[in-house]
This record gives sequence, structure tokens and C-alpha cells, in this order.
Amino acid sequence: MAEIPTPYKAGKPEPKESAEDLRARVPGWGADLDPADRPSYPREQPGIETGAHWGFPERQQEKWPRERSVEHAFVTPVFGTSTPLKGASGAMRRYAYKYSEGRAAHWLLLIAADRVDAWESHLSSFATLRPDNPVTETGVLSEFSRHGIGSRFGKKRTDLRHQWIDPVIVGAPWALAAGGLAAVALRTLRKHRAA
Amino acid sequence: MRAMVYRGPYKVRVEEKDMPPIEHPNDAIVRVTRAAICGSDLHLYHGMMPDTRVGMTFGHEFIGVVEQVGPSVERVKPGDRVMVPFNIFCGSCYFCARGLYSNCHNVNPNATAVGGIYGYSHTCGGYDGGQAEYVRVPFADVGPGLIPDWMDEEDAVLLTDALPTGYFGAQLGDIVEGDTVVVFGAGPVGLFAAKSAWLMGAGRVLVIDHLEYRLDKARSFAHAETYNFVEYDDIVVHLKKATDYLGADVVIDAVGAEADGNFLQHVTSSKLKLQGGSPIALNWAIDSVRKGGTVSVVGAYGPIFSAVKFGDAMNKGLTLRMNQCPVKRQWPRLFEHIQNGYLKPSDIVTHRIPLEHIAEGYHMFSAKLDDCIKPLIVSTPA
Repeated sequence: MAEIPTPYKAGKPEPKESAEDLRARVPGWGADLDPADRPSYPREQPGIETGAHWGFPERQQEKWPRERSVEHAFVTPVFGTSTPLKGASGAMRRYAYKYSEGRAAHWLLLIAADRVDAWESHLSSFATLRPDNPVTETGVLSEFSRHGIGSRFGKKRTDLRHQWIDPVIVGAPWALAAGGLAAVALRTLRKHRAA
Repeated sequence: MRAMVYRGPYKVRVEEKDMPPIEHPNDAIVRVTRAAICGSDLHLYHGMMPDTRVGMTFGHEFIGVVEQVGPSVERVKPGDRVMVPFNIFCGSCYFCARGLYSNCHNVNPNATAVGGIYGYSHTCGGYDGGQAEYVRVPFADVGPGLIPDWMDEEDAVLLTDALPTGYFGAQLGDIVEGDTVVVFGAGPVGLFAAKSAWLMGAGRVLVIDHLEYRLDKARSFAHAETYNFVEYDDIVVHLKKATDYLGADVVIDAVGAEADGNFLQHVTSSKLKLQGGSPIALNWAIDSVRKGGTVSVVGAYGPIFSAVKFGDAMNKGLTLRMNQCPVKRQWPRLFEHIQNGYLKPSDIVTHRIPLEHIAEGYHMFSAKLDDCIKPLIVSTPA
């Protein structure tokens, strides 16, 4: 009869390598065997000196009304000021913050606002001296300098099954917009000729 | 100053931005000397993280030199070389007072479920990050640490997230001597988790990925057995066979939101944004760990729901442990391990990219070109 595998019996499996062999093969093997040597054991450790010299931090000045989770009692004393709300995406985001983090509406509205923000920003960039450039901003030229073909061809990479979607995600809206503009221009031209 | 700026999914560029000002008495402004692109930056880059705004500067792994400090800063001064944990934390709230720095309640008005993270969307507080020439560092008396003279700068930058997170992931596994530990993901965090599992006395360490060059690194750097899941019809069954049908004692998910291996799961999350993350690696972890075992999750997931096989986790009596890593708590012990020669974090660095070429860097890292494992950003102020 074949050997009965481990889980069908009470005993533990035999170790493949002894502690001595492992210590010889792997630098530092067992250095943190004792949980007391592990910095996050136990998980909660009251009393670590953090450097804070305040009971509650002084409040950062709010230079514009700062959106906040409704699960917070107030705007936290310190916060980021990277990119204030603006435009239609800003209105969507402000609305999303009416819902708690426990509601799908909160997150789905924020994700939708992110897409609107990208389009608002692309369109408004055309009114600047530095319009968006999908070639330089996607970094796609690194396909040539970083062995795009060699990194993929003949490799057992499962991500190749979906990587073709990436240029579609990036390029399709641009192609649709260009197509739409061309259609409008063509129609206008035909009307002009017919008149 | 020059800074990386997000322009929408799959698009970034370098722009001239205003210098960050002191906005709070305990702020510091740091001139960045080294930064990194993290695998979790790719979730932002791909547009997966809610409230990622066009114009934000990413980057939560960076080191630099203190340029300016606010009036209440006591512990660092201009000219100090500092390493900055990816967590922004106050040091005084309920959570910080218990060492849970990554769960700080005083730094992120946008969400209560996550603390503050540099350059990681408004869901993580709306702070600009360190893929720039300068960055605002809040709570300068609490977060940053001085870089020891003996420490290599590239080791220091990897101590701001990747190494502590991998080490923390191994700790969450509660590994005991002789345990069989499976690590999903041979990226930087997975490599460090595998290496750390040995420090905690693992008897076997198995690393799973689909990128052969990363599995090569897992063998040479982390002394691990490796398996390319593409070669197996069902990696869970294979892992059961590899562990005499018992399953691993501990499984670490070092992949997170963009896991590969199931087309539908990947596309619904990474491409269509209908899930907070693709839970393939997490589901494989749940199914390949033994009953009563522990699953440690340090791969990052978004806040939206994901299709996780929770019933299997319940029926198997698993312990699920997870968190963003409280980085600064890990430093003293990790410093010892580096000094003792047990860890050499910079061994995983494959690319050093000037800030000006960051768009190419993101594409290369995202598309896994040129055997990229860990790209660093070199920022040189004019």
C-alpha cells in the first residue's frame, strides 16, 4: 500500500533539512526564532517612545474647505494639500464624501470622478502650452530601449494574455475623440459644399 | 522644482511645480536624493485607487536631506540625511500610542480605514510624494529617522517600505521553527518576505510567481524553492502535493491588487475597476494553506469589495493577518540584520532612472520589461 500522506495521520512531516543544515545554508537562519525579537510582536505595544511632544497635534490651517470622511469627527489636524477639488470631477468627489466608507456609492463615485478628472485634464491641457502627449507620458518608447520584445517573446508570462488591453484603455478614448472630431468636420464640410 | 505628475491612467510626466511650503509647525521639507517606484504605485498608475487626482505626485519610498523645518521641530535640522517611512503618522493618537503607526487617525481626513501615505491618492490623505526634488514631510519629529553613517543610501531607501513590509509580512505569519512558508509574489516585498521567513526559523520557503527572472532572484537572493504557476494546471493542487497534501503552515500574499493567473479576476479589477483588487493570490493563499494555518496579507488592495473565498477561510479555521506595515517599528531590528550581513536590501535593485525619464520607468516596471524588479529614481536638483 502506498504511503499515507501527512494529514490523514497524527504526526508532523519529517523536516526536509535540519536546523544545523539550514543555519549553514541560509545567512541569519533562526535569528528571530524567539517572537520576542520580532518588532511587531505583540501587535499592539503601548508605551513606545514616538517623538511626539503633544497630546493632540496643533491644527494645520485649512486654506480651502477640506473634504473629509463622514466617519471622522472633524478634519484631521494634519492633511495633504496636493490637488484641491475642481471642476465636474471635484463636484462628484465632494458628493461622494457624503457617503461613508462603508457604502459602495462612496467608492464608485470616486472611481467615476477619477475618469472624469482625467478627461477634464486632458481637454484643458490643450488650452495650455504643454498639451498631453500620450506617447511621452505613457513611456511607451521604453518598449524599444528596454527590450519590449525580448522581455515577452518565449517567456512563460501569464500577463501577456491581457497586456493588449492596456493600449486599448489608453488609446481608445483618443481614437474615439479623433473619430468624432473627424466626423463632425466631414459633416460640416459636406453641409458647406451642399450650400 | 521638478516633480513626477500623474496625468490619468498609464500616463505620468515631469512638471515644474511650486516648492512645497511648511504647512504645520512640525513639518519639514526634504530634498529627495533617492526615491523608488513601488509595485503599489502601479495600482495608482493604472487608475485603480479611488480618488487619485490628476496633478498628484506619487512616491512613498524616498530618502533625502532636510532642507527646512517648522518652528516646533526638535529632532531633525537642515542638512540631516533622513530616511522617511511611507507611513505619515502623528505619534500620539490612539493607534500610534499602541505602535500601529500605519493606522494613525490624525493624518488622513479622507478615510478612517487607512492612515496617511505619501503620494498615494486622496484616499490616503492627499499628500504629494517623493518622486520629486522636494517633498513635505509632516510630523518631522516622529516619522523620519537619521540615516546611519554606515548605511548605503540604496539600502536606506529600501528601508522606507519594501524591506520592512516583507519582514512584517513574515512576522504576521507567526512562523515557528520548521514551518513550511509559501510566498505568493517574487517582487521586492515577496523576496524580502521569503528572506525574512528564514530569519524566523522556517523549515521550507516556497515562492510562487509567473516571471522566471523574478523566480531566479528568489532562488539566488532568498534561497527559496520556486514554482512558476503558469507551468501547473492548478497551483493549489501542486502546492498540496509539494507539502504531502497537508498545505503550508503559513502563506504570505505579497502580490495584492493586480494579481495574475485568472483572466476574469484580473480584468474585472485591474482593467474595469469593478473590484478593489484581483484576489487570485489571496484565494490561492486561502486554498493552499493548511487547516488551522495562517495567511498573512501585505499585498495592497483597494477599498472596494473583492471576490474573496471567505467560506474556505472560515471552514478551514484560518487565521488571517494583515496590515500596512508600521515601518519605523521594524528599523532597529532590521538595522541589526543588515549590519550582521543577514540582509542586503539593495541586491534587488535592477534599475536607476533619472527623474526626467520617469514615464519610461513606470512603463518598464508596469510591463515587466528588461527583467525589472526594483527601479530607483535618481533626483538631482538644479
